[in-house]
Amino acid sequence: MQWVNAIIQGLLTGGLYALFACGLSLMFGVMKVVNLAHGDLATVAGYIGVGIIAISHMPVLWSIPVVVLLMAVLGYVMQRSILQAAITRGELTTLIVTFGLSIIIENGLQQFFKADSRGLGVGDSFITASFSIGSQITIAWFNLAVFVLAVVVLLGLQQFMSATRYGRLIRAVADDREAAQLSGADYRHVFGIAAAIAFGTVAIAGMCDGMITTISPTIGTDTILLFAFASVVIGGLGSLWGTLLGGVILGVAQAIGGQINPSWEQLAGYAVFLVVLVVRPEGLTSKGATA
Amino acid sequence: MSNRAENGAPLLEVRDLVVHHGQLRALSGISLTVCPGEVYALIGANGAGKSTLLRTIAGLHHPTSGSVTYDGKDVTGLRPEKRASAGIVMVPEGRRLFPSLSLEENLKVGASYARKGPWDISRVYELFPWMKERRTQKTAQMSGGEQQSVAIGRALVANPRMLLLDELSLGLAPVIVQRIYAMLPQVLSSGITVLLVEQDVSQALRVATRLQCLLEGRTMLEGTPAEVTREQVEAAYFGVTDGSHA
Repeated sequence: MQWVNAIIQGLLTGGLYALFACGLSLMFGVMKVVNLAHGDLATVAGYIGVGIIAISHMPVLWSIPVVVLLMAVLGYVMQRSILQAAITRGELTTLIVTFGLSIIIENGLQQFFKADSRGLGVGDSFITASFSIGSQITIAWFNLAVFVLAVVVLLGLQQFMSATRYGRLIRAVADDREAAQLSGADYRHVFGIAAAIAFGTVAIAGMCDGMITTISPTIGTDTILLFAFASVVIGGLGSLWGTLLGGVILGVAQAIGGQINPSWEQLAGYAVFLVVLVVRPEGLTSKGATA
Repeated sequence: MSNRAENGAPLLEVRDLVVHHGQLRALSGISLTVCPGEVYALIGANGAGKSTLLRTIAGLHHPTSGSVTYDGKDVTGLRPEKRASAGIVMVPEGRRLFPSLSLEENLKVGASYARKGPWDISRVYELFPWMKERRTQKTAQMSGGEQQSVAIGRALVANPRMLLLDELSLGLAPVIVQRIYAMLPQVLSSGITVLLVEQDVSQALRVATRLQCLLEGRTMLEGTPAEVTREQVEAAYFGVTDGSHA
């Protein structure tokens, strides 16, 4: 039963990983930008949450939409300025620029918030509430809620990409930027919208992470970016459900590894990641309908 | 020549256009005037600069010098998407459909920034009746001729005034080319003016009301199909100068 418990916990964590990863996958799929600052954006969102709550005393859950909106706006602005300038100069430039951004964000956060970790206290009653199945399996309501939220976000994103005007334009621009221009689409604006979505989703993930555990200035690259990359690679680029699958596999692998030996938790996750890279470098799901 | 003025002001005017691809000079001072209702054909051998000219008019290349005037306004510095929504719409060489989108989604993207006008998706389905029942298919599975038709449909739903057609016949069997060009009368009757690039000279001569032959980025010959002789076209096409058109 311990194993079943480990798998269930890993599965729930996988939802959060998918939330971290879907924006990374979207930005690569649409703009061909490998955003090395993606993890740090989650941290930034968490700290914005900390700041907003400290100033306005609004309930933590209420702060989520506010932070998501702010991050989405930030995403659009950054895409239209720094990132677009980098894209215009070539794909390698985007790597350097986002790497630089990552360093700036981490050092900036350390400067302002010190290296301490902080949590977004949702209130103990909610975060520690759980229910049990049998004697060995205990599921925290909050972790379950995050998993459900992840699925809902991915479903919403899927629906947006397949059924809305801008979703269609994002896919069109991802396919052929120039042809989209010939149809009247300003691809830079469409890129901005894709970035807003990517920043918005990673903001949700960052806030959830801050509630489940704690955030500190360097977790963006130390863990989040790596987990997001691993989820995308395991699941396969270009598919939202692949990203969820990748996140879940990573989460379950970590949980099982941790069950065998607590120090194997990370190792097990990366072992699975490496195996997938060797055996099926295109990821477990082949290229799907969304970018 | 003389009755062109009766059609009113020119819709598109290109003046002394010079375009470079890096160091290479692709166009060396091309001028052309397209009047409303015309089918203007650009002919010439590979590398003559026809596609470069069309792409520059669409806004995809920036000229070194010269100007593009559309509907009386200088559009030389305008971005391609702005030109498209102003009514200069191009069917690019090689179709360039969106492979991850269905046929209908391709048309919907084309209609995203459409001007007001007679064309919409259902009218495209009337023009190409086979499309309707295959509208949910991805275009990658379609034949070259079908893909070309989708590309034309995607341009039409934007309701262009100036339609640029780049090498419609490329890679297609002659019978398919005929079938695709059969849509032209309906396009023209809806008030669209056409500027096309065509490697197939006899096809161009069949449909054009006016033509220009390019060679190595220069104009070799300009006139109506009635004015030019087969020999003049051949000479201009291959650059064999007989003195009168040098």
